[in-house]
Amino acid sequence: MKNTIAERIYDFLKNFPPFNVLEKKQLFSIATQVKVTYVEKENFVFKQKQKPHENFYIVKDGAIGLYRTLENEQILVDICDEGDIFGLRALIQGDNYLLNAKAKEESILYAISIKTLKEIIETNDKANKFLIASFSTNIRSPYAKNNNGHLFANEDISQANKSNLSDIQTINYSKQPITCSKNTSIKQAAEIMCTKKVGSILIIENKNPVGIITDKDLRLKVATGLFSIQNKVSEIMSSPVITSHAKITTAEAQIAMLKHKITHLCITKDGSPNSELLGVLSEHDIVVLHGNNPSVLVKELKRATNINTLRYIKEKASNLLEGYIEQKVPLLFILNIISEINDAIAIKAIEFSINEMKIKPPVKFSWLALGSQGRHEQLLITDQDNALVFENVSEENYKTTKTYFLKLAKKINNKLHFVGYENCPAEMMASNPKWCLSLNEWKNQFNNWITKPTEKAVMMCTIFFDYSLVYGDGNLVHKLSENIFKSIHNYEIFLNFLGRNALKNPPPLGFFRQFLVEQNGDNKDQFDLKSRALMPLIDAARLLTLSHQIKDVNNTIYRFQKLVEVEPQNKDLYLSCVDSFKILLRYRTKQGIKHNDSGRYVELNNLSKSEKLKLKGCFGTIKDVQELLNIRYNLSQMM
Amino acid sequence: MISIFKHKNYPPFWKEYVAKFKTKQPKTIKETRFVVFDTETTGLDIAQDRILSIGAVSIFNQVIDVGDSFEIYLKQNEFKNETVEIHGILKEGSISKTPENKAIEKFLNYLGDSVLVAHHAAFDIAMLNGALNRMNLPKLKNKSIDTGILYKKLEGKKDNHFSLDVLCKEFNIPKHDRHTASGDAFITALLFFKIISTLKQQRTLHYSDLFRVSNKRGLI
Repeated sequence: MKNTIAERIYDFLKNFPPFNVLEKKQLFSIATQVKVTYVEKENFVFKQKQKPHENFYIVKDGAIGLYRTLENEQILVDICDEGDIFGLRALIQGDNYLLNAKAKEESILYAISIKTLKEIIETNDKANKFLIASFSTNIRSPYAKNNNGHLFANEDISQANKSNLSDIQTINYSKQPITCSKNTSIKQAAEIMCTKKVGSILIIENKNPVGIITDKDLRLKVATGLFSIQNKVSEIMSSPVITSHAKITTAEAQIAMLKHKITHLCITKDGSPNSELLGVLSEHDIVVLHGNNPSVLVKELKRATNINTLRYIKEKASNLLEGYIEQKVPLLFILNIISEINDAIAIKAIEFSINEMKIKPPVKFSWLALGSQGRHEQLLITDQDNALVFENVSEENYKTTKTYFLKLAKKINNKLHFVGYENCPAEMMASNPKWCLSLNEWKNQFNNWITKPTEKAVMMCTIFFDYSLVYGDGNLVHKLSENIFKSIHNYEIFLNFLGRNALKNPPPLGFFRQFLVEQNGDNKDQFDLKSRALMPLIDAARLLTLSHQIKDVNNTIYRFQKLVEVEPQNKDLYLSCVDSFKILLRYRTKQGIKHNDSGRYVELNNLSKSEKLKLKGCFGTIKDVQELLNIRYNLSQMM
Repeated sequence: MISIFKHKNYPPFWKEYVAKFKTKQPKTIKETRFVVFDTETTGLDIAQDRILSIGAVSIFNQVIDVGDSFEIYLKQNEFKNETVEIHGILKEGSISKTPENKAIEKFLNYLGDSVLVAHHAAFDIAMLNGALNRMNLPKLKNKSIDTGILYKKLEGKKDNHFSLDVLCKEFNIPKHDRHTASGDAFITALLFFKIISTLKQQRTLHYSDLFRVSNKRGLI
C-alpha cells in the first residue's frame, strides 16, 4: 500500500546518520512507525531526572536545547537542530534523563521507539557504532570499561563506499612461487629463473622460505666474481626473508618494503618465516596495482641529481596525497608515506647543499625537523620549521664552525623553499643564528626554557620539543634529548606550565546551524581547526609522554598509542584521542586540498551533518583529555 | 417504521461505527483522537464530482503516529481530465485502487468516533456524505473541526477564506506532497498543532472552542 507520509519521512531520515547506513527496506519500515510531535517554544520535551520515554527524538524542524540544571542554573550543554538525535542515552542505559530538553524554537520532532532502535542495533553494526559514538559525550563516564563496543566512532564508520580502496584491499600475489632447495647451485637456480622468466627465486627448506635470490644478487655477488656459479645458492641468498600473512593489504606491503628496503615479500601460511610458503609478493605487483606509487617516488628521489627533480617529486607527492585522501586510505599509512617522502626530499636537499660547499662539514652535525614535520604529521605543505645542531667545538674554532653551518643552512633552506616548502614567517629555520647552535648551546637553550617557563618559552618548547632527526649524527640528538629529560626531571613544575598551555584552547561544545556553540564567548562562523581541535590533542600527547619520560616518539598517534601501554587505566580515552586526531587531521587535509590552503579554517556553512557530528565527537574527546590534564596537574589552581 | 426497518438492513461495518459513539466521548484535547484528513476529488461539485483518494493521520496526545495513518485510492467511473494536473491521479494509474464502497468502509473503520479535522472541512465531509448516500447510508456522525475556521479564532484575523498554501506560509510549514490527500492531511495536522498552540498562548482554550460553528461554512 502506498504510504506518502512514510516516504517523506524516509526521504528526510536517509540524509542523516545513522539512518544513512541502513538498508532501504529497514529504513522505510522505521519511517512507517515514526511518531511526529510538535513542541512549542520554551516547552520541555523531557526534564532532568524524569523516567525515559519510549522514544528517542530526531529534530525535523526547529531547535532543541539540552540543559543541565546545576543549583537552579540552566547550563546549555548542546543545541540540536535539523537531523540531530537526542534523548537516547537514557533509553540505552535504562536510567533517568540527565539533561533537560527544551525547545529553543518551535520544533517538529520525529520520535522513534526504543524497540525499533534495538532492531537497528542488532542488525547493523555500522549504525550501532555510530549511535553509541554520538552519545558518548552525554554519558557521564564515557570511557567506562563496561560499555560494549567502541565508544568512539572509528574512522571508518561513515566511509560508506568500499570501492576504490585498492590500498586497503588485499593484493593478489603470485601463488606459484619459483623455488629451489638450499643445495641447488647458483647456475641451476639461474637457469630456473631464465626458463620461468622471473627476477627472483625463493630458497625453501621443508616448505618454509629460508632465503631469496634476486637478479641483483646475481649481478652483485656472482657477476663480479665474488662467488662462482658452482657455489650453492645458500651462500649468496638474502636471509632471513621478510614474511607476511596472505591478508596483507597494499598499504601494509608497501610499508613493509620501505621499512626493510626490500622488493619481495614472502607470503606464508601463518605469516611467520616458520610456516609453509604460499606465494611471493613483489614490488612490481604493487606498481601494477596502481601506477602512482610512493616507493617509486622514493626511489626516484634517491636517484635525483638536481633540485628540479625534487620539486617535481614533491608535486607528485601532493597528487598522491590527494588520491589517498579521496580513497580514504588509512591515515597512518598516509602519514608514513608522506613523511618518508618529505624526509627523503630534505636529505637530498642537504646532500646537494653539502656538495655545493667548498669544504666538508668541519664537525658532525644533525639537521632537525621541528613542529608538524618533526612529528611526522605534515601532510599539506606548511612552513618549514627546522634547526641545526653541531658538535661542541673549542672557543677559537666556534666562529668559523658556526659561519660554515649558517651558510650551509641558508643553502638548505633556500632549496627547500624552491621545492615548495614556504619559509617560516617566525624564522624558525636553521639559517637563523638563534637556531643553528652547538650541542652545549642547545642544552642551555632548552634548560633556559624549562627553568624560566614564560609564556613565550613554553610556546617555543611546544615547537622545539617535537624535533626529529632528518640527517646527520644521531648521537648528538640523543645527547640533547637526554639532557632535556634531565632538565624536566629536575624542574618538574615545568610540566604544569606546559599543561596550562595545553588547556589554552578548550574545544567548543558543538554546532548549531552555521554557528559554533561555545562554552563561553562569541559564536563565529569560521572554525580554527588547528588551534581549537588539533593543537589541544598534540599538546596533550606531548605533555603526557614527556611526563612519562617516553623518548623518541614524536608522532601524536604513536604518542597516544604509547600512553595506552603505560596508562592502561586510560586506554579508552587515549584510543579515542587517536581516532579523533586521525579524523581531524584527515579532515584538515581534505579541506586544504579542496581550497588549496593550509586547511586550518573551516567554513561552518559547508559542513555536512555527518561531518559536524564527527567533529563534535572529537570535541568530546578533547574535552575529556583536557579534563584529565586539569586534574593531574592541578591546573585549575594555576589558572 | 420505515427508518427502523432500514436500520436493520445497515451493513455490519456501519453498525459497528455507530456503536462506537455510544461510549462516553472524551472532553479534553489530550484524551481525544483526532483524525486529520483530506480528499482529492474530480472537482468541486458535491453532487457530480467523486472522491479519488482519502489520506488521513491520527493525532493523540499531541503526537502524529505515522503507524496509524490512512491512505487509499478509489476506483471511480466519473473522471475529469482537467483536474488531473492538480491531484496527479490517473484513471488507470499504477496505484492500486479500491471500489468506493469498500474504501468508505475502510475509512469508517479507521475513523471510529474520532474528531474529524480538515482544512475547509465542510467540503470533504460533504464528499464523504455523498458517497455514503450512494451506499444508502446516513451521514457521518463525527464531530468536526475546520482548521480554516479555527485560524479565524486567532486574534486580528479577518473573516476570510485562507487557502492551505497561505497558512503554510504564515506558519512556516514546508509544503511537501501538496495536493496528495496524505500530504495535505499531514500538513493540515501540523497546521492544527500550530494554531492550537497560538490560541493557547492568547487565551484559555476550551475543548468546545475547537468545533466548527454550524452557520459558518467552509469553502461552500
